[in-house]
Amino acid sequence: MSEEQVVLEVKHLKKYFPIKGGILKRTQGHVKAVDDISFDVRENETFSLVGESGCGKSTTGRAILRLHEPTDGDVLFNGENLIDVSKSSFRHLRKDMQLIFQDPYSSLNPRMTVKKLLMEPLLTHKLATPKEAEEKTVEMVEKVGLSTEHLDRYPHEFSGGQRQRISIARALILRPKLVILDEAVSALDVSIQSQILNLLKQLQEEFQLTYIFISHDLNVVKHLSDRVGVMYLGQMMELAETEALYDNPLHPYTKALLSAIPSINPKEKENKERIILQGDVPDPSDPPSGCPFRLRCPMAHDRCAEEIPRYIEAERDHWVACHLYDE
Amino acid sequence: MKDFTQRLIEDKVGLIGFIGIFIVVLLAIFAPLIAPYEPDEMFTNHVMEGPSSQFLFGTDEFGRDIFSRIVYGAQVSLQVGLIAVSIGAIGGLIFGLISGYFQGKLDQVIMRIMDVFFAFPDILLALTIVAVLGPSLTNTMIAIGIVFMPVFTRLVRSAVMTVKENEYITNAQAIGVRPSMIIIKHIIPNIMAPFIVQITLALSGAILTEAALSFLGLGVQPPDPSWGMMLNDARAYMEFGPWTILFPAAAIVFTIFCFNLLGDSLRDLLDPKLKQ
Repeated sequence: MSEEQVVLEVKHLKKYFPIKGGILKRTQGHVKAVDDISFDVRENETFSLVGESGCGKSTTGRAILRLHEPTDGDVLFNGENLIDVSKSSFRHLRKDMQLIFQDPYSSLNPRMTVKKLLMEPLLTHKLATPKEAEEKTVEMVEKVGLSTEHLDRYPHEFSGGQRQRISIARALILRPKLVILDEAVSALDVSIQSQILNLLKQLQEEFQLTYIFISHDLNVVKHLSDRVGVMYLGQMMELAETEALYDNPLHPYTKALLSAIPSINPKEKENKERIILQGDVPDPSDPPSGCPFRLRCPMAHDRCAEEIPRYIEAERDHWVACHLYDE
Repeated sequence: MKDFTQRLIEDKVGLIGFIGIFIVVLLAIFAPLIAPYEPDEMFTNHVMEGPSSQFLFGTDEFGRDIFSRIVYGAQVSLQVGLIAVSIGAIGGLIFGLISGYFQGKLDQVIMRIMDVFFAFPDILLALTIVAVLGPSLTNTMIAIGIVFMPVFTRLVRSAVMTVKENEYITNAQAIGVRPSMIIIKHIIPNIMAPFIVQITLALSGAILTEAALSFLGLGVQPPDPSWGMMLNDARAYMEFGPWTILFPAAAIVFTIFCFNLLGDSLRDLLDPKLKQ
């Protein structure tokens, strides 16, 4: 697996949001939304980032695309460091990496028809003349399961699932290489979710796409991904191939997360030990010393408070940041 | 556009407003043909006469025909209304967009300058500007435009800041749309509703401000007629001849009313969500 070509390499990415206060609006501290995470994404795979609300998974996606300017770190896309590129020339690179948003109700301009929404990316990057762009929109709406009669309608005339199809069409009409799906199905109800997920899978094969799938839904992630990274409080806790992670989770946090997946099999339910975490996620502006998870970790020991655990490859292709595996 | 006119015709209220304004515009353009007399022609035998078949709306204290003066006054009021509001609205739109979209230091500078303008009462500010530029119709329009600019700037700025939070703006950024195109294609169409309503309100305000300035001798210079000036001239005589104040006032009310009706329906017509 590791011989596969790496498309995106994220190295020590950090994104701190300053907290400003007082009369002079001085910076009083930082929310460490993303704190030193590294991972790579391979060609044509689906790489998932999971974690609870506020763990920094969406910020990671947006920092890669520089929608939030990263505080520190490097992002290499096909070997080119995106962080070094000037803002104005980065605009031209955007056609290769697209973002699909969670909320299909607010991510489409209510004053533009579907046709205009789909033509805009092509015309922006001068990839087609207006006439060619129109032809491409016809092709694209059909690919995402809408019909040409929808082209002259406005977003409010569609349901949530249909709107998400429009968003997908708008992102994919540029034929990007990398697509970041930021909770792309979380706002949809379950039956629609599976339709959209199947559509995404099908389009991935057709267009040879690489996905970064950001989600909190562990079932969806298991169904869709090749590899999964688990984030907690801005840091990567564990990263492995999907099967390895679900069958053999190493980090106590991952174990707790997986034990929380509801099961419809009553027998399985009896055997399963439910790990219930105590307390809440710490304030990201004032994280605990050492391991960010130690306050809620059932396995925490003295060393966890003293040292930040190293992010190591505990097994082949299975990375974890926990002192239990770093003797 | 075809669709738009179709919908305007179906919208009765908007249509009434539109027809009303159309009438006022016709009056202004064809004033020499419509008015029976010159606006400054004095009939010394007919001073302060009530409405009659000879003088439709009566005569004023100099024996001038009020109907003719109202017809000619439409030219001034419309000009002042439209040009002054355009100055204020376009200026406000530009400053508001810059302020709201880019924020930061530039926003602070623009908004503090607007605050200074806000701190003065409208009339006092307009008066000062006219006093500096010299009294004339053009300068009156510029002054009123400047007086109205802070209101538009604030309105546009806050609308931009609300719209900017929507994900479709981030979406456009992610696609790589240039900031200038984001403003033109994504932000401006979405702030139009409050903007258009403010324009219709400002139109009436401009007509009234012009009236006040003319009254103070800094707007339209006598004997040229303006509705506001007629209104103010008539204040002293309204007990003896209520028609002297009634008809100019009615002209102002009618025009403003029509602008407001049209503005309301324009706002709805421009919103695709309200399309049937």
